[in-house]
Amino acid sequence: MSDHNYVPSSKLGKWFNDRLPLLSLSAHLREYPTPKNLNYWWTFGGILTFCLLGQIITGIVLAMHYVAQADLAFESVEHIMRDVNYGWLIRYFHANGSSMFFLAVYIHIFRSLYYGSYKSPREVIWIIGMIIYFLMMMTAFMGYVLPWGQMSFWAATVITNLFSAVPLIGESITNWLWGGFAVDSPTLTRFYALHYLFPFLILGLVILHIWALHVPGNNNPVGIEVKKPSKDTVPFHPYIVIKDLFALLVFLTLFAFFVFYAPNLLGHADNYIEANPLVTPTHIVPEWYLLPFYAILRSIPDKLLGVIAMFASIFVLVILPWLDTSKIRSALFRPLYRQFYWLLVLDVLVLGYMGALPPEGIYLLIARVATAYYFIHFLVILPVLGFKEKTIPLPLSISEPVLNESIDGAQNNKMST
Amino acid sequence: MSDQKKPKRRDFLYTASYAFGAVGVGAAIWPLIDQMNPDASVKALASTEVDVSLIEPGKSITVLWRGKPVFIKRRTQEEIAEARSVELDDLIDPEKDEDRAKNPEWLVMLGVCTHLGCVPLEDKGDYNGWFCPCHGSHYDTSGRIRKGPAPQNMQIPKYEFVNNNTIKIG
Amino acid sequence: MKFYFKIIFILFILFAFNNQRIEAGEKNKELLKVDWSFKGIFGKFDRASLQRGYQVYSEVCASCHSMKLLSYRNLAEKGGPEFSKEQAKAIASNFELTDGPNSDGEMFTRSAKLSDKFVEPYQNIEEAKASNGGSYPPDMSVLVKARSGGANYIYSVLLGYDNPPSDVTIADGVYYNTYMIGNKIMMPNPLSEGLVEYNDGTKATKEQMAKDVVTFLAWAAEPHLEARHKIGFKAIIYLIILSILAYFSMKRLWSRVEPEV
Repeated sequence: MSDHNYVPSSKLGKWFNDRLPLLSLSAHLREYPTPKNLNYWWTFGGILTFCLLGQIITGIVLAMHYVAQADLAFESVEHIMRDVNYGWLIRYFHANGSSMFFLAVYIHIFRSLYYGSYKSPREVIWIIGMIIYFLMMMTAFMGYVLPWGQMSFWAATVITNLFSAVPLIGESITNWLWGGFAVDSPTLTRFYALHYLFPFLILGLVILHIWALHVPGNNNPVGIEVKKPSKDTVPFHPYIVIKDLFALLVFLTLFAFFVFYAPNLLGHADNYIEANPLVTPTHIVPEWYLLPFYAILRSIPDKLLGVIAMFASIFVLVILPWLDTSKIRSALFRPLYRQFYWLLVLDVLVLGYMGALPPEGIYLLIARVATAYYFIHFLVILPVLGFKEKTIPLPLSISEPVLNESIDGAQNNKMST
Repeated sequence: MSDQKKPKRRDFLYTASYAFGAVGVGAAIWPLIDQMNPDASVKALASTEVDVSLIEPGKSITVLWRGKPVFIKRRTQEEIAEARSVELDDLIDPEKDEDRAKNPEWLVMLGVCTHLGCVPLEDKGDYNGWFCPCHGSHYDTSGRIRKGPAPQNMQIPKYEFVNNNTIKIG
Repeated sequence: MKFYFKIIFILFILFAFNNQRIEAGEKNKELLKVDWSFKGIFGKFDRASLQRGYQVYSEVCASCHSMKLLSYRNLAEKGGPEFSKEQAKAIASNFELTDGPNSDGEMFTRSAKLSDKFVEPYQNIEEAKASNGGSYPPDMSVLVKARSGGANYIYSVLLGYDNPPSDVTIADGVYYNTYMIGNKIMMPNPLSEGLVEYNDGTKATKEQMAKDVVTFLAWAAEPHLEARHKIGFKAIIYLIILSILAYFSMKRLWSRVEPEV
């Protein structure tokens, strides 16, 4: 890559760069050759970076006013909403920010699934991404506990009770997590400490995620390697920067709509009732972005197996690069995979839907079928598909007029796999 | 390049985008800064009423106002005389005692040293007033700085007598 | 194919909304709908209604329901009922609270000031329960946000008292309400025609009082709503314009790259 021989023009710059090559790094980031055929689904990496930084900044600000103590937490949040200058804006940004963050991360993940970005040589990027995703869920869950409303309290109770499913030592684990015999002030305070810590772990992992990305370079919609950098790629700055910025601004417009005009739409009314350990809300649901996992948890009739299934549903994603046996990355050239892909999307949506409904009757049955299909997709369909599927011939290079739209049509191409 | 005019148009578009973007960044940063300013509940705690009927001449009380100590001293005739006899030229921060204590018997001032914010001790120092233990500032019986590193006299807050027994600070 | 992708994406977003709808959808009956002045992009509170609403709250609700997150100063703040500072002071001075300790170490009673929180009707939740047949009259500071259905729900409950249908038996001290979840409510019907006498001469019908008090509660739950709507409008217009600028900047930049991207 070009940055290896980057020499700063000024003498001071050179002196500094020899000692700490920040200028080389910056030059690398600017010149980083990016496939020029990336579509807008690729802008979500930048959007996610913004989301993370936005959450960290607003979070630090909220931490200046929030009190992590059971008797005061609810009131301190309301203090932020009422008295702190622009406190309402900052809190609504942070609260809706988590939803926007997950919206973006789901698009990012499903983009990767569609275009096969997790495949060799990008497995490590994918695994780091999954760790980030897992930490995000933990962070979001603990953040949801902090306002100490009814949903906060009962979500904390239900989720920590998952660990009571562990044989023999389950109770010791939950007591350890709670710092008591139930969710209470000690639990709140430690969740707060970890909620503050985790985003910085995520930030560190994001840096590794990008580092790992910059080794092989970006995947692209066609899913073939860059053949001739001069023809197939553009420098990251300004081409990709401006494109990411444009996408970010459109995303922010949606974000702003939520913050300013529907700030509580994605939340739950019960969380404006202060936590009460004596009364459980009639219908406990997690935030929308955790619903599919919640559905998987509830669809298994056994407590321990339910918990295992829920964690397995994430773990199965971690080993995905080895479950998918196909050499072809992009779904554009995999007609069968494409259909199963959309089935998976539908399946996850159904799981989310069922997660919001009470687990009874037909809903429970649907949730079970959807759970089964989720695992079948990854554990059976993907491995088999790699051997059975008849793929469409790949184009020679990224620059070759690629007929994204006409791929379904007749193919008469030179190269086949 | 296709023609010479193009760069100009391009510059305008880019400049406009940058400028417009910068305005937005500024507007977005302001709430993050302003949130650290005193909030509405703090600003509302502006005044405190103090009952001073029990203070003997020569004695003082210290009350908390906006998180800072306020000295309320009922001065003796000697102390008043001493404060009023000082020549303005001898003062570091010239100010008449008449202006500092409208009712000469009562001195109400912020008990905060104007050097670096410590609380001075009463009846100490070379001028029978206050002495700041942190860096050795001497104040007289009117709370004016006479010796030491402090640059100004101790501040007089806004206050008024609601009646003979009650002072409202703020 | 791409089109298909987009459709799914849009469905996905709609879905997130829908989940909320489903949860909210467990209601007994369609709520009464009011055309609230504070809804919508430019929504603002009706000052007169807020002031009347405070009157209803203080004369009817406040004997049982606390609003512990509000302060008297809020009554004079921008975007709220906007009583004058003097009026708000006068309102505050009607209430007494315990302060202290004084220099003798004793607690004392004084009248409330602007900076004080609304004085609560009961010392604690236990007393509140004991005085209300074992049921706690919820604090009303954020009540509108704490009930799905929000303002419409509370409005509906206030007007939803009715005789129980023949197949429903109701115990003593419990009342039948068409809109309350479970239809059973411990609070007796709080409103009756002409219960309060409005200073501005508005006729105190049940609907009017319910509307006013709910408007007041909506403000109490969301005191910065007007600022939010105002800033939000500017922010969104700004973002749209900047998006357009960024779009054209992007097009111009990318025009350097050879076509067929």
